[in-house]
Amino acid sequence: MTQPATPARRNDPAGPPKTSPPRRGDPRAAPGARADVRTLSLLGVLAALIAVGGLTRPEEFLATSNLQLVLTQASVIGVVTVGMTFVITSGGIDLSVGAIVALSSVWATTVATQEYGFTGILFTAVAVGVGCGLVNGVLIAYGGMVPFIATIAMLASARGLALQITDGKTQIVTVDSVLDLGVKDANILGVPPLVLVFAVVVALGWLLLNRTTFGRRTLAVGGNPEAARLAGIDVRRQRLYLYLLSGLCCGIAAFMLIVLSGSGQNTNGNLYELDAIAAAIIGGTLLSGGRGTIAGSLLGVLIFTTITNIFALNNLESAVQQIAKGAIIVAAVLVQHRTLREGRGT
Amino acid sequence: MPPSTPLLTMSAITKTFPGVRALDGVDLEVRTGEVHCLLGQNGAGKSTLIKVLAGAHRPDSGTITWRGERTALTSPIAAMRLGIATIYQELDLVEGLSVADNIHLGHEPTTAGFLVRRKDARASATRLLARLGHPEIDPARLVADLPAAQRQIVSMARALSHDVRLIVMDEPSAALDPDEVDNLFRIVGDLTAEGVAVIHISHRLEEIRRIGDRVTVLKDGRAVAGGLPAKTTPTRDIVALMTGRDTEHTFPPRPSPTAADLPPPVLRVEGLARAGEFTALDLELRPGEIVGIAGLVGSGRSEILETIYGARRPTAGHVLVDGTALRPGSVRSAVRAGIGLAPEERKAQGLLLIETVTRNVSLAALPRLSRAGWVDRAAERAAAQRATREISLRPDNPDAPVRTLSGGNQQKAVLARWLLRGCKVLLLDEPTRGVDVGARAELYAVIRALAAEGLAVLLVSSEVPEVLGLADRVLVLREGTVVHTADARDLDEHRVLDLVMEGSPAA
Repeated sequence: MTQPATPARRNDPAGPPKTSPPRRGDPRAAPGARADVRTLSLLGVLAALIAVGGLTRPEEFLATSNLQLVLTQASVIGVVTVGMTFVITSGGIDLSVGAIVALSSVWATTVATQEYGFTGILFTAVAVGVGCGLVNGVLIAYGGMVPFIATIAMLASARGLALQITDGKTQIVTVDSVLDLGVKDANILGVPPLVLVFAVVVALGWLLLNRTTFGRRTLAVGGNPEAARLAGIDVRRQRLYLYLLSGLCCGIAAFMLIVLSGSGQNTNGNLYELDAIAAAIIGGTLLSGGRGTIAGSLLGVLIFTTITNIFALNNLESAVQQIAKGAIIVAAVLVQHRTLREGRGT
Repeated sequence: MPPSTPLLTMSAITKTFPGVRALDGVDLEVRTGEVHCLLGQNGAGKSTLIKVLAGAHRPDSGTITWRGERTALTSPIAAMRLGIATIYQELDLVEGLSVADNIHLGHEPTTAGFLVRRKDARASATRLLARLGHPEIDPARLVADLPAAQRQIVSMARALSHDVRLIVMDEPSAALDPDEVDNLFRIVGDLTAEGVAVIHISHRLEEIRRIGDRVTVLKDGRAVAGGLPAKTTPTRDIVALMTGRDTEHTFPPRPSPTAADLPPPVLRVEGLARAGEFTALDLELRPGEIVGIAGLVGSGRSEILETIYGARRPTAGHVLVDGTALRPGSVRSAVRAGIGLAPEERKAQGLLLIETVTRNVSLAALPRLSRAGWVDRAAERAAAQRATREISLRPDNPDAPVRTLSGGNQQKAVLARWLLRGCKVLLLDEPTRGVDVGARAELYAVIRALAAEGLAVLLVSSEVPEVLGLADRVLVLREGTVVHTADARDLDEHRVLDLVMEGSPAA
């Protein structure tokens, strides 16, 4: 028996009694298609930027050392962005990431910490990050604070504490094993170790979001917290874990920054929160939660870092850079909205 | 457990929310393998009761006995562990997750406790969907891309994915086509044969006759009758218990003057069309007139209303109010011209749930109630109260949060908003969805009274008797095209169904 060609649409709950149901075949594309279009368009933007860089500064831009530099710079903010992507996917926000990076980096480079060598620095950086994430998470998940407020409070206090520890001075790292990670000789097959760390974080982040119960729960909490609760998910615990994860990423990023700069400063990680949020949103993670993409965030970070690099190579002021970044955020989000709407056919 | 022990006994359950006593000592007894129907008007406490059962609300007092043992349903997980699964009326799915992910949400099959075994999840989802008679739903699709009826199926698959002894279904048939309702009842039959008990909540008495074993009637947070035989208790008695009245559907009388006596049309729709949704619609609507649109799921009913309202941009045609064409695809233009819409998804599209009645009602009329941007709060309150009293919204408390109102009264709040705004044309999309029997009659009377005051009403409903009973004139829609227009008195349910199915294979 053939059915009439009446595609079932949303917003149509029920028909009158005693009738045949509409056919269920839906012509719309598979769920992955939309995401692929978005990822492809981001790849296109990145390719265009690389073309611009290659055309304006052919010698410098495509030099191996410059590409290594771009990737290394992307690595630090990239690790922070992975954590941020999880938080935003769950419907939250973490404005304190830059401040946590600063606090972690200075705490891990105090004279006392440096006595414990490589392990001491790494452990302290990660522990301080996780500790700050714990405070954020407890306040938000169990204290019922709005993420915006709780993390802005953390931003202020962590920056303050970082200033307190350093007294505004740059803390030089004297542990050679840490510094060695940042020099050219440490490169593995031409890839700087920090970039490898970033690659591992991205891979793990992708697995965590797309292949584990943790990822499902994150999406559920962001997409429909009440449904998540009724499905037996401990929504509060999940929220706590997410801020812990973000803190952990900040700790790792702080360590990377220590390696990169050979020092710890209370001004480290300035405006990281904005860059990380922007990269995640450009990548296609929904600010209202329920949808997140690690691949998109990766591309978002690479796009930003490449722009910065191209501007620097062309001797343009950082003020101009900021304006361009803002314009790109607006453009990317507008384009995404359009593709989304067309993809849905409404 | 001896066979005579009930599966579940709830006694003297009370639950109070701020300002509302939702449950006031409810008793409920459910036996193994029975279909126990829970009846009651909206606001009678059904939803709260099943949330207590699901572990989502904790009762203030009362006892729950499960298979002969006292138990406390402290969390959704605790309820699931006992084998209680709930299918909610407001679909509790996560749109950004796939069908398989939703079905297994919270209890995914895993390796090492955290890696989701996607193949297993997908296979088990496929199995469950096939068992539910819907093998065509792809477990990999996003729930956001599914129509409402299929979402309901996914919700049910989720309930069945647990090892269940009791399934609670809150109005499962509300979002389903009749064939799917048959399918649902077949599944219910299979389940009860396996010894699973079902608590079935529905407004449709004929369903209760068909599949119910016993009935408990709730009214004002109390069980006014428990364990009545579902098949033999007279309808009159059941309705009387629920409402204090003894009729199921009461439509207000139509005014005697015919269309010829009415003033000229206020709304004219000329050749309105949207590619893929509906074609060349012509429509005239006169003040004082109620016009209904009848059609199947997917026939373009809601799309027409939303296009007239400007929420969707037409691919052809115009909408004219008092002879002036509206800007296509502009809600602002429609509202300015005096069109109001009471949308189908009241909660999502119509109301600010945490706000008060006053603020919801005044929303569309704020410019009139304010000066230089300052809202005149006394005037706002007074105006809102006038509007809500006119349609007897209850409770008569302008400060009550809309969230605490029953479905029927929430719908009245939407109507009051347009009343206050002073609109000429009212578009009603499924005005009685989720509204119980007693409150329906009242809502019908309100709608008729609004028309009598000179409002033109365009009504869309999935219930043919409602369209026929309430409207003066009926447009029958098939696959986006109006196939018949007639005076409602000249049509009956069978004729309408013939028309909407003409050219379709027999059901």
